[in-house]
Amino acid sequence: MSMDHLVRVVEKDYLKKEIPEIRPGDTVKLHLKVKEGNRERDQVFQGIVIAMRGSGLSKTITVRRIATGGIGVERIVPLHSPVLEKVEVVRKGKVRRAKLYYLRNVRGKIKIKERR
Amino acid sequence: MKMIIGRKVGMTQIFDENGRAVPVTVVKAGPCVVVQKKTPEVDGYAAVQLGFEEVPERKVNKPILGHFKKYGAKPMSILREFRVDNLDDFEVGKVIDVSVFEPGDVIDVTGWSKGRGYSGAMKRWGFQGGPKSHGSKFHRMLGSVGQHTEPAKILKGKKMAGQYGNERVTVRNLRVVKVDPENNLLVIKGGVPGARGGLLLIRSAKAPKIRKREE
Repeated sequence: MSMDHLVRVVEKDYLKKEIPEIRPGDTVKLHLKVKEGNRERDQVFQGIVIAMRGSGLSKTITVRRIATGGIGVERIVPLHSPVLEKVEVVRKGKVRRAKLYYLRNVRGKIKIKERR
Repeated sequence: MKMIIGRKVGMTQIFDENGRAVPVTVVKAGPCVVVQKKTPEVDGYAAVQLGFEEVPERKVNKPILGHFKKYGAKPMSILREFRVDNLDDFEVGKVIDVSVFEPGDVIDVTGWSKGRGYSGAMKRWGFQGGPKSHGSKFHRMLGSVGQHTEPAKILKGKKMAGQYGNERVTVRNLRVVKVDPENNLLVIKGGVPGARGGLLLIRSAKAPKIRKREE
């Protein structure tokens, strides 16, 4: 047994079973558990996936959305985090690069073609 | 007093009950066999000698083989001693595996740090060095090493260039996060010394300092 395999053995218990296929450019809806004092509630964060990094248990996505007032908000979320209750792909986008950091400088409406 | 010998497998992260990512090191530890007990009467101190990683007989030399035969143990590639307070807890031939530990245990981990060879003062001690340009001819040197005619020598222990790494390092008060007896794995919060595959000696913390957990 290779050494690396043993790390996977440990990670296995923490991996989520169902994660939809997500690619940069997709619009996703994140259902996040937020703790407010003693209460727990669901928060929905919808935006465009502008980057994905890592692999296995440490895989994260960066989701960008334009909040009220035209302020860009980005969240980096570990895909396998228990805080992330559910991910939905709202729209599949067709883009030609892996990191869409250029979207931070786009003025006006962001246009991404739909992928089928 | 719990102890075990292991090898570093690698690092990853897992999520705790609050959903926070915790950096962890995976260690393949044990099973170890108590080969010999060192007693104060005979040896002058109390310790147990543990063997780790069985090897075929031809891999060990004759004097060591004789040692294993004397105590009825199978030949093993690693033999290490651990000082103990109470020898009665151990018996020659007893097998120690990771199940002696449980999540939450506070442990000290000893390993051999990554060797960096003969390194300069900047790398080894974090000295600033000099400017890279603007006519400077003083780049990565360590600067002044002493005073004047008094004391007219360099004080012992002065931080200078030299062998860096490949030394025995102990990290104290680490916490066991998970134990997997099936695969002989220990999951420890935080990092441990050395490269992947490096030998580790793991024992209950000598001076446990229980940090209060933040809520």
